[in-house]
Amino acid sequence: MWGEAALVDGAQIALVRLSDERLFALDHWDPVAKANVMARGIVGSKGETPTLASPIHKQVYSLVTGECLSEEGPALRTYEVRVEDGNLEVKA
Amino acid sequence: MSPTQTRDAIALEGVRHIAVVGGGPAAHRLVEALISRGPADTRISLFTEEALPPYDRVGLSKRFEDPQDDLLLGDPVLWESPKVTLRTATPVTALDPEAKTITTTPAADQGGSGESTVISFDEVVLATGSTAPAPPIEGSEEIAVYRTLDDVDWLTQRVEELREELGRTPHCAVIGGGLLGLEAAGGLKGRGATVTIVHSRDYLMNAQLDEGGGRTLNRLLAKEGYDLHLGERPSALSVNGAGSFRCTLNFSETSDVSADLIVAAIGITARDELGRSAGLETDPRGGIVIDQTCATSAPNVWAIGEVANYEGICMGLVAPANAMAEVVADRLLGGEASFDGFDTAAKLKLAGMDVASFGDTFGHTEGALEVVYADAVGGIYQKLVVTDDASTLLGGVFVGDATPYSSLRPLLGRELPAEPGAFLSASGGDVDMDLPDDAEVCSCKAVCAGHIREAVKGETTGEPITDMGGLKKCTTVGTQCGSCVPLAKKTMEKEMLMQGMEVSKAMCEHFEHSRAELFEVVQATQLTSFTEIVDRFGSPADSSVNFGCDICKPAVASMLAALHDEYILDSGRGALQDTNDRALANMQRNGTYSVMPRIPAGEITPDKLSVIAEVAKEFGLYTKISAAQRIDLFGARLEQLPKIWMRLVDAGFESGQAYGKALRNVKSCVGTTWCRYGLQDSVAMGIRLENRYKGLRSPHKMKFGVSGCARECAEARGKDAGVIATPEGWNLYVGGNGGATPVHAQLLAKDLDDETLIKYMDRYLMYYIRTADRLQRTARWMEELPGGVDHVYDVVVKDTLGIAEDLEAAMAEHVDRYEDEWAATLKDPEKLRRFRSFINAPEAPDTDLKYVVERDQVRPAFEEEKQAAEAGEGPVLLGPVIPVRPDADVDPPDGEDESMIDEDLELVGAPAEGWKAGAP
Repeated sequence: MWGEAALVDGAQIALVRLSDERLFALDHWDPVAKANVMARGIVGSKGETPTLASPIHKQVYSLVTGECLSEEGPALRTYEVRVEDGNLEVKA
Repeated sequence: MSPTQTRDAIALEGVRHIAVVGGGPAAHRLVEALISRGPADTRISLFTEEALPPYDRVGLSKRFEDPQDDLLLGDPVLWESPKVTLRTATPVTALDPEAKTITTTPAADQGGSGESTVISFDEVVLATGSTAPAPPIEGSEEIAVYRTLDDVDWLTQRVEELREELGRTPHCAVIGGGLLGLEAAGGLKGRGATVTIVHSRDYLMNAQLDEGGGRTLNRLLAKEGYDLHLGERPSALSVNGAGSFRCTLNFSETSDVSADLIVAAIGITARDELGRSAGLETDPRGGIVIDQTCATSAPNVWAIGEVANYEGICMGLVAPANAMAEVVADRLLGGEASFDGFDTAAKLKLAGMDVASFGDTFGHTEGALEVVYADAVGGIYQKLVVTDDASTLLGGVFVGDATPYSSLRPLLGRELPAEPGAFLSASGGDVDMDLPDDAEVCSCKAVCAGHIREAVKGETTGEPITDMGGLKKCTTVGTQCGSCVPLAKKTMEKEMLMQGMEVSKAMCEHFEHSRAELFEVVQATQLTSFTEIVDRFGSPADSSVNFGCDICKPAVASMLAALHDEYILDSGRGALQDTNDRALANMQRNGTYSVMPRIPAGEITPDKLSVIAEVAKEFGLYTKISAAQRIDLFGARLEQLPKIWMRLVDAGFESGQAYGKALRNVKSCVGTTWCRYGLQDSVAMGIRLENRYKGLRSPHKMKFGVSGCARECAEARGKDAGVIATPEGWNLYVGGNGGATPVHAQLLAKDLDDETLIKYMDRYLMYYIRTADRLQRTARWMEELPGGVDHVYDVVVKDTLGIAEDLEAAMAEHVDRYEDEWAATLKDPEKLRRFRSFINAPEAPDTDLKYVVERDQVRPAFEEEKQAAEAGEGPVLLGPVIPVRPDADVDPPDGEDESMIDEDLELVGAPAEGWKAGAP
C-alpha cells in the first residue's frame, strides 16, 4: 500500500493500490499545502473507507470520493482508473 | 541624623490599601488568593527585603542541583496586575498599628535611597517569616545556615573553593537532622562533598517520625554514604590551625567531629521584631500571637506563616502557611474563614530517599491503634495510626517507600475504605478508593477531589479537562511540591469514567492499546509486520479493512525498528513510515526535501565541509546551519536524493536521521579539547553518545547535550539527556527539552565514570522507548510516570524492577545492528526505486516548483508571489533547479519499465478512447 505519482498527459496524478488490488487515482496536488505531494502520503482506513493522508499537514482524504474526512476542507479530484492489457489507464 | 519622612504619595481616595510585609511563600499565596478573587477598590503592596520576588523556599534544595533555577513562585503576571505593587529590597522598619502606617527604609547599598518612607495602610499582613539560627555555642560565627537562595549559592560556591584550596573532596558537617538539615546535607553531598549529619536525638527527623521510622531512616542514610553523629548537641566549635580540617565540633560525651565547612539547620526563629516593637502580643518563645482567623492583638493587623504563633507554636511548614494565607484573604474580603488546626504532613525530597509523615504520627490520640509494617532488610518502615475501632485514619509514617502517602493523606480524619493493613506496601498498598469531594488531594495548593471532578466535568473552564497538563493549569493541583500528582491523575481518570468519557490510551481508531501496551505485545509475540499485528491486535483485527492510519502506522514502524533494528524500509515496512522516514529526508512546504548529514557532536573537518559546499552548489540547495549544530541543505527533489547522498556517503557522511523519531543530535561544547575551563572531554563524549545511539527509533525525537563544565554552554539541561562534566566525572540529567514547553532536565545520577554513564543512558533510553506513549517526549513521559524522576532513578540506578540487564542487552543489540540507512539504500536498486518523481518518468522534475532568490539563495515562492508572477507583476520566479553536471556517477534507478505498484502493470501504451496513459 504505497502511493506513486504519475505524469498523465502533463497532469500529476497520485495512484494508490490497496492490498486487495483496488486501484485509485487522485490529484497529486495537495490543495491545502499547495504542493505536489499526495502520492507520498500514508494510506490508511477510517471505518470502512480507505484513506490517504497528506504528508505535509496530515489532512485525511477518502480514496473513494476524494472528500476530506479530517476537517472542513477542499476535496481531491478523483479519476477513474483501470488496467487494460497490463497498462494502467486514467480517464481524462 | 533623622531620616527624611515622606507620606506615601499613592494613597487613593476610596481605594483600600492592603500592605503585605515579607516576601516568602505565605506572602505570595496571600497576594495570589486576593487577586484571584478580583477584589474591587483594593490595591495591594508587597514589601520584601530580598532583591527577588517571592520564591519557593520549600524547594530550596533544587538550587543545589541547578544554580540557575530561580524558584520563582507562581505566574509572574501576578506582579503586573495594576492592583499589585511589588517592592523588592524594601525592608519595613516600623509599624504603627494606631496610626495605621508602616515605615520602609530601602538600604542605600541595594540601590535604595536610604531614606525612610511612611506608608499608610487599611490592613497590614505580617509575613516576615523566620531566620535560621546557629546553635548558641562558642565559635558559632563560623557556622553557615541554610535558609535563602543566597545561602545555597554561598554553600555551593564554598564547596568548590574548598575543593580547589584543599585539593581533595571537602567534608561538611550539618548540625540538625530534621527536614531542613537533611535537605542541606543532601544538597552538599550532591555538590560532591562528604557529609556528617549531627543530630541531638538518637534518630533523624524526630519531629515527624516515630522511633521505628526514624531508625529506618538512619540506616537508609548511612547506606547512602552519610556519616551520622547522633545523640548529642555540640558544645563548642574550634577553628583548627594548619590541621587537616578547618573546624572541629566538640561534644562533651561523644567524639569530636571535624569538617571543612559547618552548616546549621536546627529550626527557625520567628522574625517577630516588627510586631514586638509595635506592641503586638508575642509568645515568650517567639512569634506574633494569632487567633483562628490569623488576627493579631491589634485591629487590622494580621500575621501568617512562620512568624505567626498559634497556640504556642510557630509552624515551619508550607501547608499551614498557605492555609493561613487563604484564611486572611477570605477575611479581608469579608469572609468568615478560620482554621481548626494544621496539616503538619511532611515529605522529604532527597534523591533516593522516600520519607513522609502526616497527622498523629506518634499515636497521641486516646485509644489510637498502630498498624506497622517494618522490613529492616529492605529498609522499609510504614505505619498507620487509626482510631480504637480501626475505622478512622489519624496519621501515618512512611520511610523507604512512601507510595501510599499521597492517596492516604487526603483521608486524614476520615473513615478508611478498607482494612488499614491493606494500604501498606506489603499488601500491595493500592486500594481503589473514592475520595469525598472535600478531601484535599493537594495540600500545597488546597485542591480537593471535588475541584478535580469539577474540572473534568468542564465546570471550571467550560471545557472538560482530560489530561494532567490541563488539570495542573486549571486547578494548580500538583504545581508546588508535586507529590500528589499520581493521586490527582487517578481522581481525574476515575471522574472521566464516571462522566462516560473514555479514559482512552488508544493510539487511534485502529488499536485500543496505548503505545506502551502495543510495544509489549509486539515484543512478546515477535510479530514483524503491520498486517500481522493488525490481524492479532487491531480494532477490528482484520487487515483487509483495517489499514491503519498516519498515527498508528509510523508508531508501529518505530516499534519494529526499535525491536528489530533492521533497515527501516525493509519487509514491507516502508509503507508504514511517515513521509520523512520513507524518503530518509525531511519534506518541506513545497514538497521538496532537506538533507542533513550527521555531524557527530558538531565536529567536522574542513574537507568534509567542502564536500557539503560542493554538493549544495551543484544541486542548487539552500544552505543553513540548523538549530541543532548541523548543516541543512534544502530544496532537494525526491529523485535527487540518491545522487546527493551518493556524494555524501562517499565522503564519509552518514544519515543524520533528521527525518526520524530518533536521536537527532548531541550538542557539545568544545570541552578540554580547547577550552580553558573544560573539566572533561565533552567532544569525545558527545561523539561517543551520538555514535552509540544514532538511528535508535523512539516515541519522539530526542536531543542530547554534553557540557564540559558547569558553565553549561551546550545547554544540556534543555535536552532529553544532558551530560555535564564535574571534576570527578559526569552528572546525568534526564527529561529536558526546548520547544513549545521548555523543561529543565532533572538530575538522575552524579559523578559517573564513562562506563557507568553509558550504562545508565542505555537503561534510561530503552525504558523510555518501551514505556512512553506515541509522540510523548521524555519530560511528559516522566511527568505521567507515577513517581516521576524518582521512579526513573529506581529503575535506572537502583534496578528495582530487575530489568536493567534486559534494557542494556536491548541497547547492545541496537548498537550491533546499526547500519547507515543511506549507505544501505544506495547499495540496493530495489530501495533506490522509491526515489522516483513519477512512476512513468522517474527523473522528471515537478515543474510546479517555483523559487525566489533571497539573500543570495533560493527559497520556495509563496502563493501570492506565484499569482503575482502569473499576472506579470511579481518578481521573476525560477523553476526547479537542474544540476549543472550530469549525474555521471549514479545510475538512475532501474525502474522505468516496471511499476512500483504492481510488477505486472505498466504505465505506457496506447490508451483506449477517452482514457489517457502517462507518457514518459
